[in-house]
Amino acid sequence: MGDKGVFWLPDAMSTFAGEVDALFWFVFWTSTVLFVAVVAAKLYFMFRYKRRDETSVPDPVHESKLLESAWIVVPTLLVLFVFIWGFDVYLRMNTAPPDAYEITVRGKQWAWEFEYAEGVTTFTEMYVPVGRPVKLVMSSSDVLHSFFVPAFRVKQDLVPNRYSSVWFEATQTGEFQIYCTEYCGTAHSAMLAKVVVVSEEEFASWITEQSQDLPPVELGAQLFAQCALCHAVDGTTKIGPALNGIFGTQQKLTDGTSVLVDEDFILESILNPAIKVAEGFQPIMPAGYSGMTPKQLDGLVAYIKSLK
Amino acid sequence: MSESASGTINYLNHDKSIKSWLLTLDHKRIGIMYLIAVSLAFLAGGILAILVRIELMAPGETIMSADAYNQSFTLHAVLMIFTFIIPAVPAVMGNFVLPLQIGAKDVAFPRLNLASFYIYVLGAVIAMAALLVGRIDGGWTFYTPYSTSVGDGILFVTTGVFVMGFSSILTGLNFIVTVHKMRAPGLTWNRLPLFIWSIYATAIVQVLATPVIGITMLLLFLEKFMHIGIFDPALGGDPVLFQHFFWFYSHPAVYIMILPAFGIISDLMGTFSRHQVSGYKFVALSSVAIAFLGFLVWGHHMFVSGQSATSSVVFSLITYLIGIPTGVKVINWVSTMYRGSVQLKTPMLYAIAFLFTFSIGGFTGIMLGVLAIDIHLHDTYFVVAHFHYVMMGGNVIAALGGLHYWWPKITGKMFNEKLGKIAAGLVFFGFNLTFFPQFIMGAQGMPRRYYDYLPEFQGYHLLSTYGSWVLAAGLFLILGYLLASLINGKKAGLNPWGALTLEWTHTTTPPHPHNFLETPIVTRGAYDFHLAKELFATGEEVSEVVTSTH
Repeated sequence: MGDKGVFWLPDAMSTFAGEVDALFWFVFWTSTVLFVAVVAAKLYFMFRYKRRDETSVPDPVHESKLLESAWIVVPTLLVLFVFIWGFDVYLRMNTAPPDAYEITVRGKQWAWEFEYAEGVTTFTEMYVPVGRPVKLVMSSSDVLHSFFVPAFRVKQDLVPNRYSSVWFEATQTGEFQIYCTEYCGTAHSAMLAKVVVVSEEEFASWITEQSQDLPPVELGAQLFAQCALCHAVDGTTKIGPALNGIFGTQQKLTDGTSVLVDEDFILESILNPAIKVAEGFQPIMPAGYSGMTPKQLDGLVAYIKSLK
Repeated sequence: MSESASGTINYLNHDKSIKSWLLTLDHKRIGIMYLIAVSLAFLAGGILAILVRIELMAPGETIMSADAYNQSFTLHAVLMIFTFIIPAVPAVMGNFVLPLQIGAKDVAFPRLNLASFYIYVLGAVIAMAALLVGRIDGGWTFYTPYSTSVGDGILFVTTGVFVMGFSSILTGLNFIVTVHKMRAPGLTWNRLPLFIWSIYATAIVQVLATPVIGITMLLLFLEKFMHIGIFDPALGGDPVLFQHFFWFYSHPAVYIMILPAFGIISDLMGTFSRHQVSGYKFVALSSVAIAFLGFLVWGHHMFVSGQSATSSVVFSLITYLIGIPTGVKVINWVSTMYRGSVQLKTPMLYAIAFLFTFSIGGFTGIMLGVLAIDIHLHDTYFVVAHFHYVMMGGNVIAALGGLHYWWPKITGKMFNEKLGKIAAGLVFFGFNLTFFPQFIMGAQGMPRRYYDYLPEFQGYHLLSTYGSWVLAAGLFLILGYLLASLINGKKAGLNPWGALTLEWTHTTTPPHPHNFLETPIVTRGAYDFHLAKELFATGEEVSEVVTSTH
């Protein structure tokens, strides 16, 4: 049913995903064998020792010390083995190579922000080179979030006022799903993004291209990716109102007044969304977008202004 | 009261006024009031579960908005955990059965017992009031800073949980004293029914763990009103600290939920196999050991939270230590049937089902305890499936077994055995169909607490939703025939299952208001069927109240 990959786990696309899977399968099959044994014994006893005579009162079974010790010692050895194995893989998952390429990741309600050392920032796609360790230095600007890429078998919470990190090395090119896995509010399940794994050369040319100065409207269009979750540009109503064709119109507000949609109103709505709320909507837009640079804000205002 | 009247006077008919119920000090009546209260909580939580499952039948909006969904699953969890599972077995069956099983006339502090009930009701009302003052979403874990950012709802919920916690503490205290001081002559610790051992172990956890949720609440209040930064990063606090506090209570609370189930299963296995429970001492003492070890594993909920790697390693190791005695218990229950005399009545079917579902819950728990694997599975549907296999496949299945087992003693009526077996089958099948697909989609990456999801997961969600309907049908069938049995059920005998514990051998059905006309004298262990062969010699149902065993 999954789009690809084996039945239980998605395809393994990072260097340590295979190790995690080996461990998963070991526990899976050992558990399955033990579980089948328990169920088989249970079913056999149920029928073999079924009460046939109402007067029968069986005597207690003499308990075998050897057998009892065996079923304490053997599972203990098994779980200790699994613990040590899990510990070993965990240590490697936890220790990024010193030469890893770093990307700063910020989580906010309800968007991801990926910032590269070259000054490039992306929102819905995180580009990474294949075959090179990548370390993500992550934090949150509001509540807890968690960064999860099933194909890489990595997950780590993003905590406000604190950095956390995670690393991986992608083994194949392609697009892989990023989920937020720590509940963060209304649109938690829409806080998605993709990891785009490309070759070293493609990555290098992508980053050069991205770091050129863009005209404000194009910069704004790029930044708008993080707004698109709640705001449509084709007139449909999502969590928030659609933003096309609103510039220059009068907007009714929840307090009964109305306001002219001009540059100042758009800017105010981004920085302090709870002050003037459009009629028919809840004041749920996070204020977390105020962290943008003046240039980014100009771009965003220009883009919204341009929407027809 | 004359001897001749003792057959007709029982705790249900000796005084029928409303006041005699509301102000009763009789542990049996208090148990029944709890039964009604927790059943209502279970019904409310269950309706929410069905709504949640219907919403998840298709990606995007199906029957409700994202906000409604997020509040529904949260309320489902809060109701099920704090108002249903935690009190269900200890407060209902513990109250009704514990004094009877140890040959006491009541619990040690009957007034405190009644107070516990009303404190529970008050706490439940406060927790529900949270809905009126603000939204409660994001799950029963209430992680800050999200939970505090959406209003004061969390203060109400934690206050409600804290108040209900007092009920839990007082009940636990009552049971500990009762077990220590009020056992019938001859009922030594080695002869105690295993249900008593497990309720006793649970009581220890109730008394020791519950204050922590109170401390947490106090800190939330300090932060809220005095702006002392404790959990809120905006004030310089640490949200991960909240998770430590939360799990320091809530992990032991998991054992408050599961230990009583162990007791029921032990009693059912012994009685319906008419056999000594294999490894009696191990089963008894490991419950107490689990109660204490349960305080040392809270960090295994936080492997990806940002706690130090060293802590994670230590918590992972201790988690296995607690897994071993639990696994050995399962082996003991299975081997109780070996060379026994097994009778597959409805309560036993639940015990058999428990061995299946709880084992899956246990094995997947081992899977989640492995550091490297947990990173991938944490906060996915794999975890959702795991704890439902433990909580519902463990506690609820066992509680249903216990309810059917003690129903004749509680009400004096037999339920319809045939419908009982059909319902047990429906519950077992429906439960597995609901939750097994969740393991697979979780391992594939489907995160929990998701209103919307990628289309590739829809097949599993559909199976799960259909399963929830089968499960609901089974549960409503049980409700139906149990209620019907009150009206037209066959009159129950004194000891329809042929059990050896005092509530069956030494009391009338339903029991006398004072439980025992004479204090029983105990001369054998709870499962020493081989020492009581004379009781079963005729092959008829054991039908006389025994006044002394020899």
